[in-house]
Amino acid sequence: MQYEYIVLRYGEIALKGKNRKNFTVKLQENVRNKLKEVPDIKIKRQRDRMYVLLNGQDPEPIIEKCRHIFGIHSLSLAIKVENDTEEIKKAALFALEEADGVETFKITAKRTDKSFPIKSQDLNQVLGGYLLSNTDGYTVDVHYPDIELRVEVRQDGTYITSQKIAGAGGLPVGSSGKTLLLLSGGIDSPVAGYLTMKRGVQVEAVHFHSPPFTSERSKQKVFDLARKLTDYGHSIRIHVVPFTKLQQKIHQSIPHGYSMTVMRRMMMRVSEKIAEREGILSLTTGESLGQVASQTMESMHSINEVTNYPVLRPLIAMDKEDIIDISQSIDTYDISIRPYEDCCTVFVPNAPKTMPRREKVNQFEQSADFTEELNETLANIDIVSIKPASEEEREFSDLL
Amino acid sequence: MIYLDNSATTKPYIEVIDSFNQVSEKYFGNPSSIHPTGAEAEKLLLRARQQAASVMDVEEEEIVFTSGGTEGNNTAIKGIALAHQTRGKHIITSQVEHPSVLESCRALEKLGFTVTYLPVDHVGSVSTTDLEAAITEETILISIMHVNNEMGTIQPIKEIGLIAKKYPKLHFHVDNVQGFGKVPLRLADSGIDLCTVSGHKIHGLKGTGFLYVRKGTLLFPLLHGGDQEMSYRSGTENLAGNAALVKAIRIALENQTSKIQHLCHLKETLWNYLSALDQVVINSPKDHAPHIINFSVPGFKPEVVIHALSEKGFYISTKSACSSKQEDQSSVLAACGLPDSRSNHALRISLSYQNKQTEIEEFCKAFSEVLNQLSEVMG
Repeated sequence: MQYEYIVLRYGEIALKGKNRKNFTVKLQENVRNKLKEVPDIKIKRQRDRMYVLLNGQDPEPIIEKCRHIFGIHSLSLAIKVENDTEEIKKAALFALEEADGVETFKITAKRTDKSFPIKSQDLNQVLGGYLLSNTDGYTVDVHYPDIELRVEVRQDGTYITSQKIAGAGGLPVGSSGKTLLLLSGGIDSPVAGYLTMKRGVQVEAVHFHSPPFTSERSKQKVFDLARKLTDYGHSIRIHVVPFTKLQQKIHQSIPHGYSMTVMRRMMMRVSEKIAEREGILSLTTGESLGQVASQTMESMHSINEVTNYPVLRPLIAMDKEDIIDISQSIDTYDISIRPYEDCCTVFVPNAPKTMPRREKVNQFEQSADFTEELNETLANIDIVSIKPASEEEREFSDLL
Repeated sequence: MIYLDNSATTKPYIEVIDSFNQVSEKYFGNPSSIHPTGAEAEKLLLRARQQAASVMDVEEEEIVFTSGGTEGNNTAIKGIALAHQTRGKHIITSQVEHPSVLESCRALEKLGFTVTYLPVDHVGSVSTTDLEAAITEETILISIMHVNNEMGTIQPIKEIGLIAKKYPKLHFHVDNVQGFGKVPLRLADSGIDLCTVSGHKIHGLKGTGFLYVRKGTLLFPLLHGGDQEMSYRSGTENLAGNAALVKAIRIALENQTSKIQHLCHLKETLWNYLSALDQVVINSPKDHAPHIINFSVPGFKPEVVIHALSEKGFYISTKSACSSKQEDQSSVLAACGLPDSRSNHALRISLSYQNKQTEIEEFCKAFSEVLNQLSEVMG
């Protein structure tokens, strides 16, 4: 006997009403995409759950992949047998013995198919008794069992599932539209990207690159960060903006205390243009209130003035430590702390204004004409598509 | 030529040589350079490390590329000893280790360390009871090989790992130069802190290898300098060698089960043949490593047998190549308590999964001829 299915349970989607199908279809598409390199499996969608038919494939790597898919609340391995008491007993025994480090168990039987002769309560007892008399060292614990064996007698067969593995939660990526993430090489912006993806948002990224002040490696760092994010969704397109000319112009023509505010405003303007061009309806940043000079209330007030697109700031109320925790859990932290300059750190003035004023910024900006630089910048944006790591690994594969 | 001396070294895969050539030509940059040539090289190095880590099921930063087995063993043993000597100065190893382990330990003895050389039984196994009894407050390192290079004995590494886990102060190093690819060994969560692997024993190139260093392990490096290899081993990376090593590892671990099965069949053929010969005593334990079989032909000088076989195109060895230039007796076999008649007359056949069944059959024929020939001369 072996496990034949992985059951994927929906989290929040299950609470949806008439639009539920939109979410589940999206989720199925995402699961399919994530598992496209695994041969022979099938993905079946039902109203309240999804099944991955293993057809002999090793379930471990599939579970590992599915654990990163948003919209899945929990996963379990399952065996499907005929609605036959003897078959069900054998399968339950297999599921119990396959589980590691288990001493206590509980059976939760559910009879959806009312034509099955044994009632749920009775089935619990029949199976529990069978397991106890055919094994050594296990005891029943109905309150805090090490493992809960769920037995569901449905019309199409009986499903026996064992350990529940936590999924990533959230909503299927792509079910809540698309955002343009301002991705620097720092710790915060990838976390902001991750959190928006968790709410079902598909992410494209914009990165400001200032050669020769920032190196190829700092660009590579951003690509590597984006690649980590692809674990949770699809490929990510990065709009790489050549920012050197605009930055130099700002540096030359704006008083240094205000140069950073103006730089941020330029980033917003460029990002909005990209979003507009791509049909993206919002911008996302990794700003967290009070963290640095550009993230004060006054700063945001001045910076936000140049766009009327919604700017999502998922980290706005989070502490740095909590952000670092998330970045470690999604494996972006080690990449983020690589020591390369990014465009935000190159021209940073000694004493940036922490409380810039809108009217002042406007006054300074009007004293110089940025149109030419802005247009040139917009005309020279490179788009790079970052593919999931499994595809990227094929690079150099002939050599390794 | 039929080559049956694969524990001395192996013939590199053509793919490995290709990989070495291509990387040497196209990615000659120094991974630490800032320009794109350096960045490309760095990227390839990173990918190589990632792939090695992924097939070994360990973390990237736990793979330290080295120049091979001797460097790996030296780095592990001296590195642990020097970094942790304030905690204690006692090391446990066995009498049948490779010279790179034994000599490292002897060198440390000169620096004031004490070393327990555990005895072995008649087939070369260390006893876990002896080992645990040897552990003291002062013990900072246990170094035991996985597969013995002369006998093919598999040491109880899993059990020793469990013992080592009980003593958080000490480190456990495994010399897996002979076992890699032939006798599976899990590193993650095994109690093993360090593990040496060499490239040229697995159809890779000389001068390549890696040392697994469990995350958080403090080592005093043998080579100081530019802090390459997570500071464990400075020196501009041998990128071409490292890529070639990773390729060899990948090929070695592909279809590992069927390769091991094939080796077992070859060994069985040899075993059945040798055990039926009156003049021959088999020294290797039966169900141990599938690629090494050690036996003695008491009464015949091993060199003579080897030369006679060589004339017919069959290459085997006396004892480990690393010690065959020293005195006649095999110290490993002597440690097993075998009489001089056996330990002075030992021969070793070491197989690769590339050897064919027909080659083994031809060998058996040739060996019988050699025995007859020599018996006539000597008789």
